[in-house]
Amino acid sequence: MSRRGRLLLFGCAGSGLLAVLVIGLHGLPPFGDFHGAYGLLVDRLEPGRRHATDIVTALNFDLRAFDTLGEEFILFASVTGVALLLRHLRDEEDEPPRRSVDDHRFAGASDALRLLSLILIPLLVSLGVYLALHGALTPGGGFQAGVVLAAGPLAILLAGRYLALKRVAPHWAVEALDGIGALAYAAIGLGGLIFASAYLENFLPLGTSGHLLSGGMMPLNSIAVGLEVTGAFLLTWTEFLDQDLLVARGEL
Amino acid sequence: MAFAPFAAAAWLFVIGLYGVVSSQNLVRTVLSLTVVQSSTYLVLLGVGYRHAAKAPIVADIPTTSRLVDPVTQVLVLTDVVIEATVIALLLALVVQAHKRFGTVDPAKLRALRD
Repeated sequence: MSRRGRLLLFGCAGSGLLAVLVIGLHGLPPFGDFHGAYGLLVDRLEPGRRHATDIVTALNFDLRAFDTLGEEFILFASVTGVALLLRHLRDEEDEPPRRSVDDHRFAGASDALRLLSLILIPLLVSLGVYLALHGALTPGGGFQAGVVLAAGPLAILLAGRYLALKRVAPHWAVEALDGIGALAYAAIGLGGLIFASAYLENFLPLGTSGHLLSGGMMPLNSIAVGLEVTGAFLLTWTEFLDQDLLVARGEL
Repeated sequence: MAFAPFAAAAWLFVIGLYGVVSSQNLVRTVLSLTVVQSSTYLVLLGVGYRHAAKAPIVADIPTTSRLVDPVTQVLVLTDVVIEATVIALLLALVVQAHKRFGTVDPAKLRALRD
């Protein structure tokens, strides 16, 4: 189908869809007047039941812990898929890219950008660790922490040193991080099966509300997810950057 | 304007679809898909909002405060993770398409058309 025909067809279908959506807005309950019983119940129960003060994290790592397991493995599977797709044509041996390639990558990085990256790295890493540890207390948790932590090594790339990034986060370490994070979460769940009544059920002391060590197994889950997400994002990025290097070397 | 968040979500959804349909670059197609997906965040957060309510973090407010619905917020978190994975996979496929066909223009992917 030609581009013009496609756009014409979408013009009709899209405006029809938009019209239906707008008409549908009339029947909606008023904005800001939500009465989801489940949410209200969680708001009331979870601070007392698990001594967590961030109810979103409490849902994520306690009530919906099993869904989070699935979510984590979706991430794991998709990152594996990315690695499989992108390594299809690459040699099995993971040889380091040549020096000249590294030199012309981000060669335009100014001294100001390098300095900023250097300042950013410790900030990003400490913010990531903070988010992972305080997930049960304040906004944060493993998923957010993982993304922030993975951005730390990425700042090294901004400083213009892809090879340095590969030294800090070599493939085997990133893959191991991804796998260990996923495994740790599943293993923590087994603790619930052994010491409590069900898989992923809390089996650790709850601690005092508002203290670092509170919320039972939530901080552990949060750390496990944080490791996995860090590994997953770093792996995805390095796979794409490797492709870029291969293209730059004229091998593809 | 009580329906504004949902109207904005409908608009994002349709404009994102337009981006997917009209795109002449597969990377742009993928990015348009993120626009479609971001409409779901607006719907979920809009559904869970309650007037004059606080964020569901009771670290420094009484646990009896009026709070917005935490369940929809958790669903948004799931949504974001799924979006990240889908986008990563699609971009990897774009890289493969570029290797195979030498172009990222969907109209020029000959093997798909013949």
